[in-house]
Parts: sequence; structure tokens; C-alpha cells
Amino acid sequence: MHFIRQVTTAHSSIITERSNVSSMIKQRCLLPLLSGRSGSCRLCETFTPAPAKDQFQEELVIRPLHSGDIYASFQFRTLWDTDFLQEGQKKVSHYRLFPKSLGQVLSKFSVQELHISFTQGFWRTMQWGQPFIPSPPGAELWVWFHHTVSDVDGNWKELTNVLSGIFCASLNFIDMTNTVQPSASFKPLGLGNATDHRFLRYATLPREIVCTENLTPWKKLLPCGSKAGLAVLMKSEKLFHSSFHSQAVHIRPICQDEQCTSKAWELRQTLNVVFDHYTSGQGKKEWSLFKMFSRTLTEACPLASSSKVYVDITDNPELSPATPLLSQAVVLGDRRTYSVYDLTRAETFGQLRSFNLLLRWKGDNMLRPLLHAERYVAGFGLQTGEIHTVIYNNHPYRAFPVLLMDSVPWYLQLYIHTLTVTSKSRDNKPSYIHYQPAKDRHRPHLLEMLIQLPPHSMTEVTVQFERALLKWTEYTPDPNHGFYVGSSVISALVPSMVAMSTNFTQDQPLFSSFVPVKEESSYFVRVYTEPLLVNLPTPDFSMPYNVICLTCTVVAVGYGSFYNLLTRTFQVDEPSPPLAKRLANFIRRIRGVPLLA
Amino acid sequence: MYSLSLHFFYPWIYLKKRIFTFCTIETGQFFSSGHTNNWAVLVCTSRFWFNYRHVANTLSVYRSVKRLGIPDSHIVLMLADDMACNYRNPKPATVFSHKNMELNVYGDDVEVDYRGYEVTVENFLRVLTGRLPPSTPRSKRLLSDDRSNILIYLTGHGGNGFLKFQDSEEISNMELADAFEQMWQKRRYNELLFIIDTCQGASMYERFYSPNLMALASSQVGEDSLSHQPDLAIGVHLMDKYTFYLLEFLEEVHPASQANMNDLFKVCPQSQCVSTPGHRTDLFQRNPGSVLITDFFGSVRKVEITKDTINLTSSVKPPIQSIAEHHVLQFVADVSSQNPKQKDWHPPDGFILGLWTLILLVFFQTYGIKHLKHIF
Repeated sequence: MHFIRQVTTAHSSIITERSNVSSMIKQRCLLPLLSGRSGSCRLCETFTPAPAKDQFQEELVIRPLHSGDIYASFQFRTLWDTDFLQEGQKKVSHYRLFPKSLGQVLSKFSVQELHISFTQGFWRTMQWGQPFIPSPPGAELWVWFHHTVSDVDGNWKELTNVLSGIFCASLNFIDMTNTVQPSASFKPLGLGNATDHRFLRYATLPREIVCTENLTPWKKLLPCGSKAGLAVLMKSEKLFHSSFHSQAVHIRPICQDEQCTSKAWELRQTLNVVFDHYTSGQGKKEWSLFKMFSRTLTEACPLASSSKVYVDITDNPELSPATPLLSQAVVLGDRRTYSVYDLTRAETFGQLRSFNLLLRWKGDNMLRPLLHAERYVAGFGLQTGEIHTVIYNNHPYRAFPVLLMDSVPWYLQLYIHTLTVTSKSRDNKPSYIHYQPAKDRHRPHLLEMLIQLPPHSMTEVTVQFERALLKWTEYTPDPNHGFYVGSSVISALVPSMVAMSTNFTQDQPLFSSFVPVKEESSYFVRVYTEPLLVNLPTPDFSMPYNVICLTCTVVAVGYGSFYNLLTRTFQVDEPSPPLAKRLANFIRRIRGVPLLA
Repeated sequence: MYSLSLHFFYPWIYLKKRIFTFCTIETGQFFSSGHTNNWAVLVCTSRFWFNYRHVANTLSVYRSVKRLGIPDSHIVLMLADDMACNYRNPKPATVFSHKNMELNVYGDDVEVDYRGYEVTVENFLRVLTGRLPPSTPRSKRLLSDDRSNILIYLTGHGGNGFLKFQDSEEISNMELADAFEQMWQKRRYNELLFIIDTCQGASMYERFYSPNLMALASSQVGEDSLSHQPDLAIGVHLMDKYTFYLLEFLEEVHPASQANMNDLFKVCPQSQCVSTPGHRTDLFQRNPGSVLITDFFGSVRKVEITKDTINLTSSVKPPIQSIAEHHVLQFVADVSSQNPKQKDWHPPDGFILGLWTLILLVFFQTYGIKHLKHIF
């Protein structure tokens, strides 16, 4: 009997955990058969696959934007009927569609909800409308921990380190100096009766870059990887050559039906990208899947229960290949019509077994976004400054409240007594203010306000600050670039022109079911402002040694010459005896012997 | 059956030709290199867009090492700045090594473990010595053992005895030598290959004193390492000369290749590189001619075929050691039990002797020997 025994240690593999159940059965069954033993395939007999409690859906939404760009939004959703946080029972150990690395993170740190996003670029609300999944530039992480956790800060620190290893990002820079606990924003998006904000942690790293090294592990979390389904379109050379790129992971527990009799864990991986071929002058207002992604679709992911492509045709673009399937959805307060392509059906791919979409766009009108915000730093010099946040309410007749959350690092010392909120050049007093002052090198400022925005108006929030002088070891290696201040977050329930549907159905397209809709007349919106880049007073790190040398030389030569010129006098003097004679005299003096001449 | 079982393993496990005559040869020949796993630590220490070439250097070595079989879990890649998605890069998500954009060394499947401000001297030394905080994830650790062959590649700006990290701090050659000694004391490597591509790179390996180290540098003390060629579309120099020719050499190497270290020493002679590459092998036990390139750059696995059945349920007993393996283990034990090298007393060298002779000569000349008794 020949065996092959591997002498070395094994590779750690990311894929082995999620190998197909069917191929595992094949391998286990074929080995004993081929070994020549007759009959007993004991492994095959006792191995019956358990009923699948998880399902996977993928979808792509393509929306031409008002400015001529095109917005593509991928969403991959895995629903799993299990419980990571149960105590006293066996830990979850068999993972099929849900990635094992994330499952272990959830159970180890008792995480109730986790949202992490990596974004490159800034979402221009006025030109592009509202995104399906908003995200600020850089990295953003907010987590609700389970109410049984005793040391939330310790869990948070370890969680950020583990996530930095999973996503190849420097999330380990998240510590107490940039973490806040918002009291009113960032309520749980899934099931969460924990409204105690001590279990919430929010941090953002505006400087974090996103590149292929973040996309690679993100793609590896998908059940089909980047080999089948919609993920084959994700080629980094095209995705990062865009105005906006954002990838995110959202994990939360949700109800599976209206009465909430059964709960499931939902993992959503979203990737939003805005291609700017038209505005950067590379082409006309026509796109194809091949032009955007340099790939076409060949098959749906075999593990997916539904795989669809939605194309927004509300503005009547020319679309080929045409499809009879249409669907209407009310999303973000607007009723839009979509062409639906179902990739699980073979006829979508046609005879060439490849699906390429062609879109030629003519329309020009766009629904004006009702809520929009900007932020900038005013002032001059490196001592003081002023942060201005401007919020626009473009609704013609309705006023609504917004919740503004600002997290400012400690080295910009805010003077809260100078905080002013003005709307239409009149003072507008917020009805709820939560302010936590910063502690130097310990925690940042947190300011949350509930402001009522009058209809069709501009509201300005200003606060003055002073820049601190850091210790010389606290500067980054490139301090002249400046220091980043994270985006402000504005959360609001915006009144909707079109009635939203509160029906809960499992067949809802994913892009309209991300945020739960509680009432018909309004929809939830989160707007992020630009991050700020401020210069702090920076010492001159370059060449201090040379400067000191030069200065000392100039001073010595200049001052020394003047001093000599003014005070030197010449007088005759006897030559002093040489050193050796002086040393000998010194020794003779000690001995008491008469000295030399 | 063999083909199906091999299906479980990665395709670059290469059964050496010797295996088929295994029944007749001794294990000594089989375990000649003594390592069972391979690690690589690849560091780029420069920040800013005009140091594009250092990131391209590191990524080309990363690409070769991955191609020859070392998986991402065994590579610690440290890039001090992001060139691929830099806003100045006219082709985002790419880093090219050849002009006219021939070869994208960044690729589609890259995992950077330390990036941006995380690449510091402290983190680098912590990775080498293993003294990391307990919450550090596995991908950021160098989990090598005493049977690991490690490849360490550094590139950036350097000088005589130091290497600059991110324009704000330096690592000296003494610190590096001490870190390697710590690694030896803690049995964190079997053999280590150190390659450095900076100006005056040979000064960085001058102070090594731990066994089983081989070092290569792109230039001698007093010489500068030069960059290779600029690309006019990207606007910066793409690679350094030494690593460019090293990449060309490594592109010819495949997992079954028998190329050895002597070929690596010949990479980039002075006619191509302008600087003189140097190497150091005195601390290395084996003859460089018998060391394969794939011992460090690849991850060639050894598969041992046995015709005996091994009963796994019996009580634990030590595996039968072959004589040669026993010798190897004995040798390791001897080396490890040696006391740390004490500084031997050397008689004073010529300079000190000459100085004192001069002093005494002047003294006696001034006073004459016969006068001495009057003075004292």
C-alpha cells in the first residue's frame, strides 16, 4: 500500500473551509473505491448533507448619473440561520457560504453589528444624487457589541487589530484618540434592542488608502471568490481608475419574516464605483459592461440562489440587449424603473455564452437631492481657525430635523462657547446637544446636535478652534502634508415625495432593502461631508544640525573677529618652557628637589 | 491514485528526481538543505512619489517569490507608501517595472501586511524577533521556526552603516546584526539570505556575526546604487539597476531549476550595474555552489514516500532517526550550546603600537636616555 505523506507543515488556506460540499463527497467516496477495497465506503454512508440554512444572493445595479458618469453598485448578501452569540451551546464550527474568518470574529468578540467601509474619493451629492450605501472617504468602522460584553474597550482594540489583518489595512491605528461613542447617531440597522450607547464604538481613518491589497481579501470572502458570478467583473485596474470607489462589509442580525419569529445573520458585501469616462473626456455617453470592467459575464455564481443585474431606465436610455423583465422600486424617495436581467437563466447569455450590456444615454434631468452638506475650514495662519459646516435643505415646503455628528481630534481645540447655528441669517437653537470635550492625547471631541432645518434653506454651523503644538515624536513622517479631520455625519429622515413601501418581502431587490423602512412618508439618509485637511504648526525637521553649525560658525567668526579687533593688545612675553620641562618641574616640586631652569 | 491524491496538494510541490531512487540512497542526501518551510520578509522603506522605484523593487521580488511557491501567509510585505493608487499614478492599481508598461508587478492578487506609517524600524525589528503585541494578527507575524529558510529583502535610501526609514528614522547595521543574533538565539531561522539594494549596501552586512547568514548587496561602501530607466508617461524612475537584473534572472528560475547561489552572485556585474555588487558567505555553513536558488526564493516541498505502514493509534514513540538526521541534529545541538562569542584579547595593532613608539621616541630624543635619572 503506497501512501504519500507530507513531511512539511501545511499551507494555511483561505479557500479550503468553503470547498463545495458535493466535491467533498466525491473525494471522500472515491478514495476508498480506488484503493481497491471492495464494498465498505463507510464515509459515504454516514455523510448526509444537512439541509442548507444559508443562502446567497448577488446583484448589480447600474445607474447612469446626471453628470454623464455611470454608477455601478454590487451587493452580495449571505443570510445564515444560526446564532453566533448563544452561550452554553456548542460554538459554530461548520461554515459553508458564510466566511469563517468573519464568523470567528463575531463569536470571539461578541459583536452584535459590524459595519466597515473603505472608500477612495468623495461622493458628490449635488452631481450624482444619493448613493445606495453612503460612506465617508478613508476607512470607517462602527460596531455594536452585545450587551453581555464586560470590557468593550478591550474587545474594540483587539477587534481592530484582527480586522486590520483580515483586510490588509492599517486599522490598528484606531485607538482611544480617534474612537467615539455617539449617543444618537448610528443606531443599530438590524435587530438591536441595545440602545445603550456604551456598547457602540465608532472610528474613522480619513487618511486610509484603498487599493488592490484591500480588494483581494474582500473578494476572497465571497462564496464564489472572483471566479464566477458578478465578482468576475471586479478587475482592480478598472475599479480604481474611477472617481469613487467604496467597498464595505455590513453584518447584522435581521428578522426573516414580518412577525420576527426567526432571526438570521445577514452579511452584505457592497462595492460602489462611479466611472468617469465621460467627464474625464474619454468618451461619449455610452457604456458597455466590457468598457467599464474589461470583462463580460459568463455565468452566475452556482452557489447563489439569485443573481440579477438591474439597469436604471427611468430616463429612457437605449439598452441592448433588451429584456422584457421590468421592475419598479421606490428607493431614496424616488420611483424608478429598472430592467432586470436574471443571470441564473441560461437565455440571458445568448449563444455566445457571454453577457455584455450596452447603454446609450441621452437624458439630462435628475431629482435634486433634498439634503446636502459641505464643510470647510476658514481663517488664516497656524494659530486659530474656524470650522464651517453648511447643510442645505432643498425641500420646497417641508422642514425636517437632522442629526449632525462631529468628531474632531484633540489637537484642534474647539471653543464650544463660539458655536453658532444660523439658518436664513437667524439663530437656530438645536433641540438636543450632546457634547463630550476632548482630553489631550486621550479622546477626541464629540459633538452631536439635533437641528431643525427650515424648508428651502441653508443652515450654517460654525465653531472656532485653536491648533495645538504636538510633541516632536507625535508628528507623522510627512507632517507638511497636514492632518486629517474625519467627515461629519448627518443622519436624517427626509420626507419623501413618493410613498415608500413598508412591505417586507424576501424578493425585494437588495439595493432597496438595506435600510429598514419604518414609515411610508420618509426615508433614511446619511450624508457625509468632506474630510478636512488642516496644517498644524510644524517644526522644521530638516537639517537642524546644519543650521546649528552654520549659525554657530557665523556667530563665532563674526563676533570673535570684532572682539579681537576691539580688545586685543600686543605685549612682549617670555616664552614659557616646553611641556616636558614643565612636567618634569612638576614632578621635582613634588619630590622637593630643586627645579630645572 | 497518485494523480488524484496529488490533486489535494498545490501544483508546485515538486517531487525531486532523487525520490524515485529513494530506496537506495541515504537520508543524508535527502535532507541536505535542512529546511522545511520558507518565509520572506520584503521591506520598502521609502515614502513619496519619486521613490516609486523602491516600491517597484520590492514588488518584483514579491512577485518572483510568490511565483516560485511561497504563499501570502508566509510573506511579510511592508510598503512604506502607496504608489499603485497614488493620485499621481496615471494608471491606477499598477506598478510597472519595465518602461512602456510591459510588466505590472502589482498584479491582481497582492496582500500588503504593513503599509504606510506602520513601516517603522520598531515594527521591522519586532517582526524579525517576534516580539509583537498579543493582538497582532497572523498575517503580520513572522512565524518561523528553526527549520525555516528566510529571505529578507530591504530597499530604500541608505548610507554607510544605516538605512533610512520613511525619511524620519534610521536603522543601523549593528541593530540589524543584533536582531539576527536574537533570531538565532531563539531558533527562528535555519538559514537566512539577506539582500539589500541601497547606496553603500555592503556596509549593512559588515557587522553580522550570527551563523548561517548569507548576504548580498547592490553596491560597496563608498559607491551609490543607481536607478535603471525612467518612464516618460509615469514620470519617475521605475526600478533600480540591481533589482532590475535580479528580476530578469529570477524570471528564468522555475521551481525545478537547479540554479545555485554562485549564479546569483554573478547577477549584475559592474559593467551593467555601474556599482559593484558584493556578497558575504563566511558565516554560511554550506558551500554556496550547493545552495539552490529555490531554497530561499521558492517553497519547494519535500515529499517522502515510504513503503511501510505506520500505525497512528499506537502510543507516542520518537520517530526512527536515520543516522544522517541524527548527525544533523547533533550538529545543531553543538552549535546552539556554544557560549556566546567572547571578545578575545588581541595584541594591540600597528596603529596603536606606532603611536606609542612615536611618543616615546620624541620623549627620549628631547631628553636623552642618560638625562632621565636626573629628571626623575
